[in-house]
Amino acid sequence: MQFVKAALRNRSFMIGATLAFIFIGAALISFLWTPFDVTKLDIAHKLQKPSALHWFGTDHFGRDIFAMIMVGARTSIAVAVVAVGIGIILGVPLGLAAAARKDSLLDEIIMRTNDLVLAFPALLIAIMITAVFGPSVINAIIAIGIFNIPVFARLTRGAALSLWTRDFVLSARVAGKNQTRISIEHILPNILNLLIVQGSIQFSLGILAEAGLSYVGLGAQPPIPSWGRMLAESQTMISFAPHLAIFPGMAIVLTVLGLNLMGDGLRDLLDPRLRRSRT
Amino acid sequence: MLRYSLKRLLSLGLSLLAASAVIFLAIEVVPGDPASYMLGINAQPDTVAALREELGLNVSAFERYITWVTGMLTGDFGVSYTYRTPVVDMIGDRIMISLPLAIYALTLSTLIAFPAGILAASKRGTATDVSIMGATQLGVAIPNFWFAMLLVVFFAINLRWFSAGGFPGWDKGFFVSMKALTLPAISLALPQASILARVMRSALIDTMNEDFIRTARAKGLTKRQAMWKHALRNAMIPVLTIIGLQFSFLMAGAIIIENVFFLPGLGRLVFQSISQRDLIVVESVVMLLVFAVVLVTFIVDIAYAAVDPRLRGRS
Amino acid sequence: MNFLQIENLNLSIHGTPILKNVALSAAKGEIIGVIGESGSGKSMTAFSVMNLLPTGAEVSGKIILDGQDLLTKSEPEMCAIRGSDIGMIFQEPMTALNPVKTIGDQVAETVLIHGKTSRSKANEIARDTLNRVGLPAEQFPLTRYPHELSGGQRQRVVIAMAIALRPKLLIADEPTTALDVTTQAQILDLLKQLVAEDGMCLMLITHDLGVVAEVADHIVIMKDGEVVESGETHALFRNMQHPYTKALFEASSHVPDKGDERASKTPLLEVRNAIRDYITPRKSVFGKPQTFRAVNDVSFVLHDGENLGLVGESGCGKSTLTRAILGLEALQGGEIRIHDVPVEAGTHMPRDLRRKMQVVFQDPYGSFNPRHKVARLVAEPLHLLESEPKGAERRQAVEEALIEVGMQPADANKYIHEFSGGQRQRIAIARALIIKPNLIILDEAVSALDVSIRAQILDLLADLSSRLNLSYLFISHDLSVVRSVTDRVMVMKSGQIVEHGETEAVFTNPQHEYTKTLIAAAPSLQDALEKEYT
Repeated sequence: MQFVKAALRNRSFMIGATLAFIFIGAALISFLWTPFDVTKLDIAHKLQKPSALHWFGTDHFGRDIFAMIMVGARTSIAVAVVAVGIGIILGVPLGLAAAARKDSLLDEIIMRTNDLVLAFPALLIAIMITAVFGPSVINAIIAIGIFNIPVFARLTRGAALSLWTRDFVLSARVAGKNQTRISIEHILPNILNLLIVQGSIQFSLGILAEAGLSYVGLGAQPPIPSWGRMLAESQTMISFAPHLAIFPGMAIVLTVLGLNLMGDGLRDLLDPRLRRSRT
Repeated sequence: MLRYSLKRLLSLGLSLLAASAVIFLAIEVVPGDPASYMLGINAQPDTVAALREELGLNVSAFERYITWVTGMLTGDFGVSYTYRTPVVDMIGDRIMISLPLAIYALTLSTLIAFPAGILAASKRGTATDVSIMGATQLGVAIPNFWFAMLLVVFFAINLRWFSAGGFPGWDKGFFVSMKALTLPAISLALPQASILARVMRSALIDTMNEDFIRTARAKGLTKRQAMWKHALRNAMIPVLTIIGLQFSFLMAGAIIIENVFFLPGLGRLVFQSISQRDLIVVESVVMLLVFAVVLVTFIVDIAYAAVDPRLRGRS
Repeated sequence: MNFLQIENLNLSIHGTPILKNVALSAAKGEIIGVIGESGSGKSMTAFSVMNLLPTGAEVSGKIILDGQDLLTKSEPEMCAIRGSDIGMIFQEPMTALNPVKTIGDQVAETVLIHGKTSRSKANEIARDTLNRVGLPAEQFPLTRYPHELSGGQRQRVVIAMAIALRPKLLIADEPTTALDVTTQAQILDLLKQLVAEDGMCLMLITHDLGVVAEVADHIVIMKDGEVVESGETHALFRNMQHPYTKALFEASSHVPDKGDERASKTPLLEVRNAIRDYITPRKSVFGKPQTFRAVNDVSFVLHDGENLGLVGESGCGKSTLTRAILGLEALQGGEIRIHDVPVEAGTHMPRDLRRKMQVVFQDPYGSFNPRHKVARLVAEPLHLLESEPKGAERRQAVEEALIEVGMQPADANKYIHEFSGGQRQRIAIARALIIKPNLIILDEAVSALDVSIRAQILDLLADLSSRLNLSYLFISHDLSVVRSVTDRVMVMKSGQIVEHGETEAVFTNPQHEYTKTLIAAAPSLQDALEKEYT
């Protein structure tokens, strides 16, 4: 309850959450309704400027840009969510295990593998996967997801290591609890805030990465609509139909901005140091 | 210091070896027979056999890996299947665009981020701080390739200050070439600068809360002097970390940006090679980019030691 | 008019009053001790003199140093005064120095910033000052970095920075609290010597009555932002007026009622030839890993019903030994037995063995998972019982343990941040008691507490020990605490037990040189006051 009140007072959290929910809402509504059918071509009405009928105008096939942005939000959000999920589900346990057995062979292997993966930006992973399996939206998810694993593993290990030296963990060990139980009961709840904040950051980075990959043709393929590909297609027409580039770009900026503001707000709301001073 | 550097150098070598194994496995072993993959499903069996012979595929994967790695060490990256020219020549031309672009962008972003971050930290809570932080918040959210498109519309199409793309070649003169790289570098640099400025600001603010700043103030230093003489160098430690991490994003960004401006760099080469199934080229470019990322990590590690005497050990 | 005169000093931060009508004065060449427990406003008084207050601070009154009212000075004027007329030393020497600058640069900076001399002259002054504080050029060239020095050496560097320009007033804010007793004694001697040589005024802020009783000429006792009593040191202690002063005095020399002698002949904890080695990082990439022997051939026996003290300075190996006894780390040689069953590190240790001992740590803030309620925190060791009680039975066990340590059953529903340091330490004891262990290891369990709270916790421990027939292994760096609560004591140095015997015998007639040094170095209120009469 107290958290809700504090959240309502936190300006950047509220602005961020509102923006993020507009786009998540748009993605969800698009399953039920869009103002126009994005799979239907209507060459007669191609490249129209924004109007009361076509709010954001139409593209070179006469498709409604507003509807395409709604459907594109699905792709962006789905890719980012799954990629963050991969990062958390694989990265957090690895980080916890490495911290629980600091300086062991296991720790060494996990951390060296982490360093190795970090040397491959998501784009390089996508290039390699695409070179072998051909482009698809799944590749984008895998590439971004793999990149997220070491991010979460490192963060988890670092935070967990400092917790392992704390007296309350020593007390739990004296109470005979094993490393797995301590990791779940004592370590995880105390790094949850950190994971939530990092999750929102990786979510927004995932949306940017998906847009980039789709833009260079390594991500979503036709007919799946995607903000990045809309921008790629708009490029040759940008001098006479700038609206083709402006609206999808704005969608990316506002979503990412919203997620980042929400992350900043969450950081303030969840930081125990700040919370202590409030109570 | 020497011992520390040697240790980092050793880890650099090991990272590269591990990375090369990953790349080789992913691109040459996983898809099965590279020769039939590269020729597509309709290829004649004897054509495939000829290509296998040419690519040296008749020996074990391990031997091929050794040949590939030792080849790279002597500057032999193999021969492109599509163009029948040595890969090293193709890369050599392209890297002269990608590398200067990355360095140009990194320089720009540092030149923007440092003053912005320092200014925001020293005027914390004022309108200056709020506007710098607002601008960086926006900068972080903008996809660099979209920003690049907007720059093209504004500066190339409307104002006609720059050309919308292409590269004249270094033989046409340094300034002409740098001018062609300016819009791409700006579009790469601004989002990076935003992140860096935010890190600089928070690192400085954190450092200004340290005990030794209070000690410095007790000596009679003004707040400003304490920041410049004591806080800044300590704040450089997290900033260096971020510069190192950002470099891999910068590389990835450069590959994408080359597409916006039709620059014939490594990015264009790699996408072309993917569509032509020229695996040897893809492999080499990826290896080269990983090398760049690992090298920057190494340089950052050395820079840490220059900033922080605790890492140097007793000399 | 005195050399330093503070009158009617009031301070509030964001509207919260911190200091109320504080007044104190000191003459040139005099040491004035400002004493108080945490939250008494003693440090804020010092920061008011320096005019280095946090944002939102409002200050009024007069702070007159050598005829000038510091509160009327502008910020640039104060910058010229700080470091030149007033020097300051802080509590935490480990963080008070800039880690990326050499000690020479940092000391010379005091001189340079006040524009008095050239770079080379400043370095010369820095060298002389470092020599003066006991850091000679051969071992401590100007090019040393702080991380290459020990805590005591770093504190000397901080002192050198503060006195480089021979200030009129030196403020020392808990300058020895973070240091070992022997180092503390050296630093106090150094401060006394500097005051005598330079004739400056020293304002010594501390929570330790023993320290001020030994060095201060005048004493000011503060509580809740007010001065409750002040006066010439020995006169003040001879004739204490304010009840708080008396309470503080009584708490500082508090001896809990130990009850009857209960020690039996049954060995509870036996440590035989224990050896614990650490592997230190390799010096070079190809070099052999080195080992460091933290515990070296330690043997002792603790009997049922006995309270045994283990005293030593930081780094002597006492914490390592504790972790080995608790079965958290493996030994490289020797063995540890509890009721004749060997202790093994890791999860192999049988539950009924673990159940026989529990631990209370030093830091009341770090000992609890902040995400759990007290009920869950206290119940954690129940895990060690054969049949773990559930529901009402579990709840009852928690409430009984809380009542045992003087807390309320309702406290079980609260989170740990709702309690003060002393209350948290009680809850930590409740957690240890809940499975009715035979042995409780108290690892600096009262070191982080204010004296008055410490006295209460010591009483509680003594009471529990005699009522529940508990044994304690009492680990501390604080000699006076160990003396007051233990039957026997061991002195540890560099991984070895150098002396071992009945507590009173060891304290009154120490045999080993190191024990003698430790006892001589420990500031003792009684000794300081007795010295006056003889």
